[in-house]
Amino acid sequence: MANWVPLWLHRLGSPPVFYRFAGAVRPWALGLALVLAGVALYGGLFVAPADYQQGDAYRIIFVHVPSAWMSLFIYGAMAVAAFVGLVWRIKIAEVVAMESAPVGAAFTFITLVTGSLWGKPMWGTWWTWDARLTSELVLLFIYLGVIGLYHSFEDRRQGARAASFLVLVGAVNVPIVHFSVNWWNTLHQGSTVRLLGPSHIEASMLWPLLTMMAATKLYYIASLFARVRADLIASESGKGWVRELLAHRDGSGA
Amino acid sequence: MNPTRKRRLAIVVSVVVAAVVAVGLIVFALQRNMNYLFTPSQVQEGQATQYPTFRLGGMVKAGSIQRAADSLKVSFIVVDDAGAMPVEYTGILPDLFRDNQSVIATGRMDSGRFIASEVLAKHDENYMPKELKDAMAKAHENRKIDDKAMKDPQP
Repeated sequence: MANWVPLWLHRLGSPPVFYRFAGAVRPWALGLALVLAGVALYGGLFVAPADYQQGDAYRIIFVHVPSAWMSLFIYGAMAVAAFVGLVWRIKIAEVVAMESAPVGAAFTFITLVTGSLWGKPMWGTWWTWDARLTSELVLLFIYLGVIGLYHSFEDRRQGARAASFLVLVGAVNVPIVHFSVNWWNTLHQGSTVRLLGPSHIEASMLWPLLTMMAATKLYYIASLFARVRADLIASESGKGWVRELLAHRDGSGA
Repeated sequence: MNPTRKRRLAIVVSVVVAAVVAVGLIVFALQRNMNYLFTPSQVQEGQATQYPTFRLGGMVKAGSIQRAADSLKVSFIVVDDAGAMPVEYTGILPDLFRDNQSVIATGRMDSGRFIASEVLAKHDENYMPKELKDAMAKAHENRKIDDKAMKDPQP
């Protein structure tokens, strides 16, 4: 490994170190995620005022939009991990990429379902083949393809390598999902919250949305780390550190 | 970086670049050919004549909604910056359907009128409490906020 990589990052590439690190971070991430999600739901469902146009029906935004952000964010994280895994063959990177896919697929599914439930009363239809909806559906299929390809190999690392290529090729869909509302005439409206420039949402409605965004990010970390730990235990079951772990199992458990 | 990693990096990067170029070309082609909707002025220019059914998008002209007394038949006028198109529809309309609302109607042309089989309401990306909206509407008496929703952002 090159000299510029910090030592702690280098060490984190070792399965037993990552296993312990993930085990220490996970409860905090999960606990904080649940607290923030509770605060965000209370703020969104009870504190935030009704919308001038959609009334109370807009409140599904507090689930729909954070899920949609996560469906893209997790894909980005998965693509970076897949890239690192492909070029440097770091086992942890491959595992992180492969275990991100089910979490991302779940968020994509939630996005599609809540969007559909929102679309029926507001737009007048459950589904329409506009660019935003179609590209998000393609994103779900790519996630499912990655999961399927990974599990169709006898050898996990071989499966991870093949699926990582699919992840990188599929990454071109991410900007398409994001910019679809600008590139084409769509039924779906444009972006409400913007990183650059002013957002099109009032502050009393924005803070629960951002709180939920933080909660979903932390949930992703907690869920990913639990999955990575399980994957590492399974794939390294013959190694010394796992045996040692099992021997001390009656201790703290971590 | 050792030669093996360099070679892997080259393979991975070239696969990604090839995918980006392929999809980029598809997107570029679709952008010119794939239209989710036509605006009234585009229809009047004859851009939609090749399609037996298409989507018409625009804003419901204020005061143009007429409902039949004995059926679900509704007629209204959809306008954009430069054009107007009378629309007929029979059925249940979405909650957001009203004056100055952006709508997308699917249907066909029949002697200068657009016969819709489905009418969808498009809402904008603005969210705010009703009081704020009322205050803003008072501030710009002549400028409706819904104007923004009608114009799709162009690249």
